[in-house]
Amino acid sequence: MKSGSRLERLLWAGHFVVTAELGPPKGPDVAAVERKMSLLAGACDAVNVTDNQTAIVRLSSAATCALLHQHGIEPVMQMTCRDRNRLAMQSDIFGAVALGVRNLLCLSGDHQKFGNHPSAKNVYDLDSIQMIQMVKRLRDEGLTAGGDPVEGAVPLFIGGAANPFGDPFEMRVIRLAKKVAAGADFIQTQCVFDLPRFKEWMRRVVDLGLHEKVAILAGVMPLKSAGAGRYINANVPGITVPEAIIERLSRAGRGAKAREEGMRLCAETIQELRTIAGVRGVHIMAVEWEEAIRPIAEMAGLLPRPEPPEVAP
Amino acid sequence: MIVAERKPMVEILASIQGVSRLLVVGCETCVAVCLAGGAKEVAVLSAALRLALRERTSAVEILERSVERQCEEEFNAPLAEDIAKVEAVLSMACGVGVQTLAEQFPDAIIYPALNTQFMGRPEAPGIWAERCLGCGDCVLGRFGGICPITRCSKSLLNGPCGGSSNGRCEVDPEHLECAWQLIYDRLARLGQLERLYAIEPPKDWRSAHDGGPRRTTREDLRL
Repeated sequence: MKSGSRLERLLWAGHFVVTAELGPPKGPDVAAVERKMSLLAGACDAVNVTDNQTAIVRLSSAATCALLHQHGIEPVMQMTCRDRNRLAMQSDIFGAVALGVRNLLCLSGDHQKFGNHPSAKNVYDLDSIQMIQMVKRLRDEGLTAGGDPVEGAVPLFIGGAANPFGDPFEMRVIRLAKKVAAGADFIQTQCVFDLPRFKEWMRRVVDLGLHEKVAILAGVMPLKSAGAGRYINANVPGITVPEAIIERLSRAGRGAKAREEGMRLCAETIQELRTIAGVRGVHIMAVEWEEAIRPIAEMAGLLPRPEPPEVAP
Repeated sequence: MIVAERKPMVEILASIQGVSRLLVVGCETCVAVCLAGGAKEVAVLSAALRLALRERTSAVEILERSVERQCEEEFNAPLAEDIAKVEAVLSMACGVGVQTLAEQFPDAIIYPALNTQFMGRPEAPGIWAERCLGCGDCVLGRFGGICPITRCSKSLLNGPCGGSSNGRCEVDPEHLECAWQLIYDRLARLGQLERLYAIEPPKDWRSAHDGGPRRTTREDLRL
């Protein structure tokens, strides 16, 4: 066991895992975090806490993770390279571990241009692969990036992201291989809408044997409406929502009916992902729609969530 | 070259408010080539200033000069006499030239007329683009001659982020190419794709951008 986290133990025991996402509030609104926690408790195995996602200032990931941990929900702390240099990263990682965090997802981070502080200077002292390498060294060698010994253990299950839909396509598998070589234990992918392209990416991943070295969790996102799908196609590079999905949402009608259909589509995608060799779980990203997680998990036949083995060898 | 562009007229006028004798000094090196601060631009700016200031009660005298390289004191030495005659100097050089004048003429008031932008090259008539951040430890040999530190919006050294789509960067798809698409294509063409599998270690920023000015010494050239 590298971290003993619930996520690691469930994967070790061979379970198909479910993670979800919680976006912290735009301020220290603990009640908002607690409301979202209640929607997610028991509906998934661990909860990713975003780190100023889309470069919008929010309650810190580490603090939100600590709140989750106190409430018995396992957090996956997200950390981006955008806002911190290597000193701040390591310091915040120590802090998070001290507060009970056991899973860390290392990300490049969205460019500040997209957020609410476009005049800020970004950092990018390290990139996400260098960050993974640094965290592995903290954990396995007990050494900081600068080479000093770490006081105390850093038991973290290390994650990285992968986008099978970005360009250049050939680079996407190479980049995954680099993340694995750098020390990633698990991968969460960009939202899968285009199943054929995802399958093609997974086929290459399996051909290289990468699925045996890293646990791949496929990302999924429920859509509230046909408009949401069209918005993604127009505004989010690297994700394409197929016309057939938009068409189905459109036919379902408006409001609650469209949302119901969006959740059903998401559950169907999960069921299909489960059949793909090498996929070890799903990561459900219901952005500002945490209410959707439990029904989707239910429809996909993923509830109740299993208990992990208490102590693993 | 060093690429610059002229500051807005309003800002220039605000900086020289109340000045009645002004020297406008251009530079015939980089900023002349990028059409921002050579002799021609000195003439254009001076004419515009005369026009803008003609309604002032007192007359404004504007001297126009341009030197070969404002960043080297020997080229600026002949300006001494004119600088002594004026109340302020408006430099149309890059920031290096402006600071050279300020160091060389400690009693003169020097204002910049340009915004110095980057080290780059002309991509098309009227378009200049950044190519080098001057990081002090050139990596171009490992990336097919394309600099990821300068040209990737996140300076990523180990491949593209998720925002690369159809060869464009999500930060500004209309104007920015994804540096990593360019690197991939060029390495593929050169038969060097295996380079992409190597993990590039964290950059040692001591050679640049670590929070202090740099200087370089060549002992063989010292007197």
